[in-house]
Amino acid sequence: MTEQGHEHKRRSPADWWLFVVGLVLFSAIGWVVTPAIIYAEKPQPLNFNHKLHGPDGDAGKSCEDCHSFRDDGSFAGIPRVESCLECHEEVMGETPDEKKLVEVYIKGKKPIPWRVYAKQPPCVYFSHAAHVKNAGMECTECHGDHGTTEKLRPYQENRLTGYSRDIWGWAIHGWADPPERMKMDDCADCHRENGVREACFVCHK
Amino acid sequence: MPVATGEHLYGMVIDVDKCTGCGACSVACMSENNIGTLPDETDKIRSITWLRVYQIDNGRPYPDTEVAFFPRPCMHCGGSWGGFFQQDADPEGHHTPCVSVCPATATDYDDETGIVSQIPTRCIGCRYCVAACPYHARYFNWYDVPWPGGLEQSLSPYVAPRMRGVVEKCTFCYHRYQQARDKEFAGGEFGEMDYQTACTEACPSGAITFGDLNNPEHQVSKLLRQRHKHAFRLLERLGTNPKVYYMTKREWVRKRADNYLPGEKIHRFAVGS
Repeated sequence: MTEQGHEHKRRSPADWWLFVVGLVLFSAIGWVVTPAIIYAEKPQPLNFNHKLHGPDGDAGKSCEDCHSFRDDGSFAGIPRVESCLECHEEVMGETPDEKKLVEVYIKGKKPIPWRVYAKQPPCVYFSHAAHVKNAGMECTECHGDHGTTEKLRPYQENRLTGYSRDIWGWAIHGWADPPERMKMDDCADCHRENGVREACFVCHK
Repeated sequence: MPVATGEHLYGMVIDVDKCTGCGACSVACMSENNIGTLPDETDKIRSITWLRVYQIDNGRPYPDTEVAFFPRPCMHCGGSWGGFFQQDADPEGHHTPCVSVCPATATDYDDETGIVSQIPTRCIGCRYCVAACPYHARYFNWYDVPWPGGLEQSLSPYVAPRMRGVVEKCTFCYHRYQQARDKEFAGGEFGEMDYQTACTEACPSGAITFGDLNNPEHQVSKLLRQRHKHAFRLLERLGTNPKVYYMTKREWVRKRADNYLPGEKIHRFAVGS
């Protein structure tokens, strides 16, 4: 009896090493390889320097100067190339991006095919007017420091859905501030905190 | 007179005596809400019409034959939520039939507008709601809409297109409410005409009136107050408390709108009995 059961097998150092190697290997697959498989990094047509255009930059514009509301309360989003034309009729600086803007898009009279980080599926209704005009929120509360960056972030497209990684979130744990995610739960959390009604048709259409 | 607790109570009044059965409301609805043409539209059981026009007749032979038409959107049943008349809300606490059976919470009753939503992306396609709806207002997508010849380019961006395997229904053109609210937030005014359904706008004889039943200034409230003797709803005794009111002066039309026994007298407010 004493020789058969209950004998505690001691783990050798090799066992522990195997455990550590396995943990590291599979964590790496989960955190690095899987996103690389799911998301395809796609370039923006040209870089846009928000800092240079913003209030502290050379152009000295505010967010609303380019990202404006229409009279009917709808949000214009990314400005059209006509707005760029107001200043960039000729090349003003030395960057290749500006040269491309002027020569390809302004002179060619083509819209810039921006890849939109915030593009949501068609069932989602988001109203900028409700958040900015009615609730009085600042742009930075959701968009963070996007307005003062010098480079556009990489755009990663989900190969299955075709939507940006921003929807699912870069920080999967959601601890970042602003949360960097645009999932339904993120909308619902904030709505719940601020006492906004939770009917489906508030955010769906 | 209204007893609702919410801010708005959107509803519709349809004058059956004015309706000619032309179907313009139905067409306008399909175009507004991205409803497509299915591969086989002769299969009427599976075709989708958020607003269908039903025809009834008085069942009498030729010289005395009369017909009436019932445009039938979703009734946006309020259950025990308030209706226009004091007696409308069901004292026995009935509920919106489709909402109470949905296992996925893909449909809910919005107490601010009184509108029953339908979220196709959340729908699992079990069709309990289709079975529960006494008005046949809910439709199941048996097929993906083919959108031939680049027709998907003409889809309205304000209404999400649906896929095969989910249920859809009339939303009282809710996207127009959203747009009207945006306009209000931007400093404009949210008037009665800023939120009207597509069918209301399309009706050439003015049979459909849409508005806020809670607002005494709105045409729907005025109509119901002036002509409450002619007003009724479909299958009222189920206690579903619909927000689509019909109006007629013809007694036989009234009788065909609910399951009256032969010789039974019309009693408007016997809800739930």
